[in-house]
Amino acid sequence: MDFEFIRGNVPLYVEAAGITLRISFLGILLSTVIGLLCSLVKVFKIPVLGFVVNCYIEISRNTPLLIQLFFLYFGLPKLGIVLSSEGCAITGLAFLGGSYMAEAFRTGIEQVPKIQTETGLSLGLTKWQVFLHIILPQAIATSVPVFCANIIFLIKETSVFSAVALADLMFVAKDLIGIYYKTDEALFMLVTAYLMILLPISLLCSWVERRVRYAEFGNSSAVPGK
Amino acid sequence: MKQEVILTTKNLKKSYDNEQLVLKDMSFSLEKGEVVVVVGPSGCGKSTFLRCLNMLEPIDSGTISFKDQVIERDRKDAYTIRQKIGMVFQSYDLFPHLTILGNILLAPLKVQKREKQELIQEAEQLLKRVGLLDKKDAYPRQLSGGQKQRVAIVRALMMHPEILLLDEITAALDPEMVREVLQVVLELAKEGMTMVIVTHEMEFAKAVSDRVLFMDQGLVVEEGKPEDFFTSPQTERAKQFLNTFHYEAI
Ligand SMILES: Nc1ncnc2c1ncn2[C@@H]1O[C@H](COP(=O)(O)OP(=O)(O)O)[C@@H](O)[C@H]1O
Ligand SMILES: [Mg+2]
Repeated sequence: MDFEFIRGNVPLYVEAAGITLRISFLGILLSTVIGLLCSLVKVFKIPVLGFVVNCYIEISRNTPLLIQLFFLYFGLPKLGIVLSSEGCAITGLAFLGGSYMAEAFRTGIEQVPKIQTETGLSLGLTKWQVFLHIILPQAIATSVPVFCANIIFLIKETSVFSAVALADLMFVAKDLIGIYYKTDEALFMLVTAYLMILLPISLLCSWVERRVRYAEFGNSSAVPGK
Repeated sequence: MKQEVILTTKNLKKSYDNEQLVLKDMSFSLEKGEVVVVVGPSGCGKSTFLRCLNMLEPIDSGTISFKDQVIERDRKDAYTIRQKIGMVFQSYDLFPHLTILGNILLAPLKVQKREKQELIQEAEQLLKRVGLLDKKDAYPRQLSGGQKQRVAIVRALMMHPEILLLDEITAALDPEMVREVLQVVLELAKEGMTMVIVTHEMEFAKAVSDRVLFMDQGLVVEEGKPEDFFTSPQTERAKQFLNTFHYEAI
């Protein structure tokens, strides 16, 4: 291992990690919004939209991110829509993540027992009030584990962004290998960079999971500092 | 003096998924202040009947009226009428993500938009009555089954319902907790609350009811005053049913 080389290229990796993180953050944020909207459409069984959402989910889940990106980067310009590398990356990640988030929220919503809805209705709440005040808070709590797993999955998926010429971590690593043939060093730094991003997020996720788990409402022993 | 009738059903028929009728022809009326107990073998349609009364289930035919107003599940006024018909279920159905006070205040705050301070006072008074004031900030999972059911009753009462429907509210409780819940119901009955109660606690049924309906296979087979029904049932099916509660006869 050429540690001099590694040290010298740290700034490059830091910059690339920044790009990876920024795109992950925006992509995941959009995924969450898309996911919530889609899950609402499915749970409330909204006619035409429901069909559209189903199609979207099937396409999104059954095609690789790489191909989705190629479509955005090479296909869309032919239709007159030109996205920047970063635009493609964020859109692609949101397109992929939206369907995963939708399924996570839908499962969470469906796991809330039916009697909770009936109790709400029998108290005179409207369907929407029942959803907002009774179902959603419980559904979010139950979706947290899958939601967290999705976040980590999506961050890992970002490693294909270099394919649309985005200067992310993978791109930098490939670049260094191409120019200097320092394969070991470049890959070592790549793995380290991803670990440094993913490990803290993973730990944060398990902490959040422990705190909000459905069964733990009011379990003071599960809430640190209480 | 004729009492005011507040709830009636006429020729109510109900099936699930268009299969066999679960309620075959229920005509029923409830007067203000009356406590009606519904008994009958498991699966005879008692829960379905209560759920229909609260518009939780669509019905096949017949009508349900609240104070001379025909009610329908799909109409907007269903929500307004439901506020006047409280219901407590067999399972512990408190909202697990809200504290006891949160559970109790949710509907009056969101639906009736009442003043929060005034609601808290009322809630505390009711909680005190059922002996649970010290639990107001606890979460449902920290309560026993009997305590949860008492909270569920308080939660329903906070909406000031004109009718309370209770569906086997002690059936899932450990025996030692049954009494504390039934005590609350007995007190409500004494205060003149109008109730339709499904129960398997025959002693309680005898004590609380003004009238007993005996259902079997989706029909009211026998109806009468509790003192008559429990001591000298008229139909063979009611006799058989009541016999299952006499262990010494075995
Ligand atoms: N959601 C449902 N879907 C289909 N069948 C049901 C449903 N709920 C109840 N039933 C059936 O309807 C009948 C009456 O049930 P129910 O009203 O719960 O009786 P009870 O409360 O007297 O025990 C039973 O045969 C039961 O299997
Ligand atoms: Mg039942």
